[in-house]
Amino acid sequence: MAPDVPLEGTATSIEGRALRASWRKVLPERVITVIMVLCTMMSVLTTVGIVLILLFQSLPFFGEVSFIEFITGTRWTPLFQSKHFGVLALVSATVLIALLSMFVALPLGLLSAIFLSEYAPEKVRRIVKPVLEVLAGIPTVVYGYFALLFVTPILQSISEDIFVFNAMSASIVMGVMILPMVVSLSEDAMRAVPRSLREAAYGLGATRLEVSTKVVVPAALSGIVASFILAVSRAIGETMIVTIAAGQSPNFTFNPFVPIQTMTSYIVQVSLGDTPTGTLESRTIFAVALVLFVMTLAMNLLSHYVVRRFREEYE
Amino acid sequence: MALMTQGEFARRKQRRVMKGRIFYGLCLLAVMISLGMLGVLLFKIGLDGYARLSWDFIVKDIGIDWNWPFLHIDWAGPSRKPEEAGFGVALVGSVYVVGIAGITSFVLGVAAAVYLEEYAQRSGFSQAIRINIANLAGVPSIVYGLLGVEIFVRMMELGRSVLAGGFTLALLVLPLIIVASSEAIRAVPSSLREGGFGLGATRWQVVRHLVLPQAMPGILTGVILAVSRAIGETAPLIVMGALTFVPFTPGGPLDKFTVMPIQIFNWISRPQKEFHEAAAAGIIVLLVVLLAMNALAVFLRNKFQNRLEG
Repeated sequence: MAPDVPLEGTATSIEGRALRASWRKVLPERVITVIMVLCTMMSVLTTVGIVLILLFQSLPFFGEVSFIEFITGTRWTPLFQSKHFGVLALVSATVLIALLSMFVALPLGLLSAIFLSEYAPEKVRRIVKPVLEVLAGIPTVVYGYFALLFVTPILQSISEDIFVFNAMSASIVMGVMILPMVVSLSEDAMRAVPRSLREAAYGLGATRLEVSTKVVVPAALSGIVASFILAVSRAIGETMIVTIAAGQSPNFTFNPFVPIQTMTSYIVQVSLGDTPTGTLESRTIFAVALVLFVMTLAMNLLSHYVVRRFREEYE
Repeated sequence: MALMTQGEFARRKQRRVMKGRIFYGLCLLAVMISLGMLGVLLFKIGLDGYARLSWDFIVKDIGIDWNWPFLHIDWAGPSRKPEEAGFGVALVGSVYVVGIAGITSFVLGVAAAVYLEEYAQRSGFSQAIRINIANLAGVPSIVYGLLGVEIFVRMMELGRSVLAGGFTLALLVLPLIIVASSEAIRAVPSSLREGGFGLGATRWQVVRHLVLPQAMPGILTGVILAVSRAIGETAPLIVMGALTFVPFTPGGPLDKFTVMPIQIFNWISRPQKEFHEAAAAGIIVLLVVLLAMNALAVFLRNKFQNRLEG
């Protein structure tokens, strides 16, 4: 559509007359429309800008480092004398933390959502939901503090072998951070299940547990799965908790009790240092960010797809 | 199928009821743990930071000398002593950066929402923009930092300044503001618009005098929530190049800056216990600011609801 002819398409006859009546009236209309189109384009430009910057800064990097070595190597030492560019060391740490955090967020989130949707009286819901919103609004740097100075000392008191920086502490706190999101989205999906379905099951003599797990959860499954996928995506892109609590050592390991480095905390590490711009080292963060961007975008698209493809429609 | 005896039926029913009770207990426990976490977190931070928190800690570095629109601040000089570290530089930095981000994203976001809701047809173009906005909201915040460092710091040559930081955060919260504003505009009854058109108003006059005033409380609620998200953002500003140690509060839009979460991050990453206490005290200040903003948003939302009902 042509944005500089705002009124034609939708014009009623009254608008049409007003349009002919006076240029003084029409001119500001057009100027304002153009301004608004420009503002709307900002969101498109943001996307284009992100993609172009990541691509153009990564391309020279892949000119010097083989793409195959980048995505299959397991040693990541771009800031050392002997350079290795195996991004799997960072990806494995990111995936490890995302998966471990789901062990916290998934059971707690699903059970809490079932409680809020199926068991809790309206009064309780009205208190619990805003409190969870508060939990969701806490800045991630605060969670980082909590992980490093509360959870880690507790873990260390259990076993002496656990390092100060470790994936476990970051994952537990990450799980708490994404919990409100899982609860809120899953509960929305469960509440969208029509009452008649529940009443039919109760009418057949089912208990509340049976209604919850055999009727409501299966009917809302697409929404619940989508909320899990979005939560994983959040955990992959999260920065401050892992930077503060999980360490800065790129290890290709799935041991959660040693220091590791995720993609996001590598980007922070380089940004905090004084790597000169235009060098290979400074371009590594764009290549890493490209991997991060592709991973989170894929997860987000997947969650939209799950909702659309597997939604159970009840009329 | 074999018929069940009375006793068998009663036994099975009792077992199902028992299972249900256990499950209820588990659900209740899950909610308790979720809420308990918030309690433990707040308690831990309160315990650590309480002793350090004082009026002096917050305002020590801010010597007020009004030089509109920026406060010019004289400061005795940077203190690296843990027990003297103050929060004023970061607090003022946050106000400037988030102020710029809030104003920029408000203007861009509301204009985009008005265009999408009131002007654009539900065509491929506006549909594509909606999908784009939904996907932008899922981009990790750290990637916006890289966008900011390339566009604002290097291409527009703003340097690692308050202005560059504000613009970076503005792009970050823009999708939130567009979505919230769109919802607020959509909630305005169409009879209002039709009345306006019936009186011969142009589309912009209808938007300016009828739709926007009605939608404004809802829009402002969304803006406040988006701004409170911006206040807590750390990663994009670190990547954009905000410094972790800044001795002076910014005196102009092109000055270097630090913000509250970055200052907290800086204190956490030091080994001394005194800095950790300062970090906890800083977190208390940050959370109080966020709580106040959320309360304001809830207040506006309630007022808005009353008006629609009344």
